[in-house]
Amino acid sequence: MLVEVRLRPGIADPAGATVEAALPALGFTDVGEVRMGKAIRLAVEAPDEDAARRRVEQLCQRLLANPVIEEAQVWVSPGEDL
Amino acid sequence: MTATVGVVVFPGTNCEHDVVEAVEALGGSARLLWHGSAALGDVDAVVLPGGFAHGDYLRPGALARFSPVMDGVRDFAAAGGPVVGICNGFQVLTEAGLLPGALQRNRGLAFICATVGVKVASPGSVLTAGLEVGRTLRLPINHFEGSYACDAGTLARLRAEERVVLRYEEDPNGSVDRIAGVANDEGNVVGIMPHPERAYRGLLGSPDGAVLLANLLRAGRLLARR
Repeated sequence: MLVEVRLRPGIADPAGATVEAALPALGFTDVGEVRMGKAIRLAVEAPDEDAARRRVEQLCQRLLANPVIEEAQVWVSPGEDL
Repeated sequence: MTATVGVVVFPGTNCEHDVVEAVEALGGSARLLWHGSAALGDVDAVVLPGGFAHGDYLRPGALARFSPVMDGVRDFAAAGGPVVGICNGFQVLTEAGLLPGALQRNRGLAFICATVGVKVASPGSVLTAGLEVGRTLRLPINHFEGSYACDAGTLARLRAEERVVLRYEEDPNGSVDRIAGVANDEGNVVGIMPHPERAYRGLLGSPDGAVLLANLLRAGRLLARR
């Protein structure tokens, strides 16, 4: 499974802003709205996809994301071999 | 009678001896509290010092909030005991939900190590009780994740309830409203990014941290008398 942790809209993202500021100099004038987050891969034993998703969403609320400044999205890939 | 300050030590904490030194120099006594035990023992105040608790892995304070000692700190705070988080300790208190908001990476992504001016913004906390609002203190800051963030509703509440206790004179890190420290609604739990323990006497460059720590010792003595 993959968890994407990203800053909430409106929360300053100094890393994303720095990357974005470098883009024009590299000729990528068509690229913008850069936001930097975290990707966390993990394996869950669960009877089905929904159960696995619920389990990881609990983990996001308790630990993986700080709801004051971050939000998390969970991507399930059944049977994925890490 | 002196106040006994419990100084919490997580794996990766590195300012605990500075706090002990400053507390003892100011006439208090201090005891180190290992994070693995929820029992605080007979202490009159608690300090969560600076450092990198649990390596700051995931986010500063994200893992420390689950250490057993935090159960003891939560109970102590709920009973009105004075609790102060300094730097990494402030980050731990926000992650633990004992203080509002969060601390994120500095604007400009620079680790900042500097002595800065901070103004007392409210006397409504165990650290700032009795201090004149607007008084400037010269205190060291030493952080990468010190940019205070909170939503507009939280900021409005903090301002209305006078819970912003310290403000930077000049914004060093992108903190909302130049916030350098906040308190809970009772004023007994306080988090600040500056390090008063590194500025308790002139020899260290500034003596201005002493008034804050002396206030903490006073609050501890009041608790002990209760």
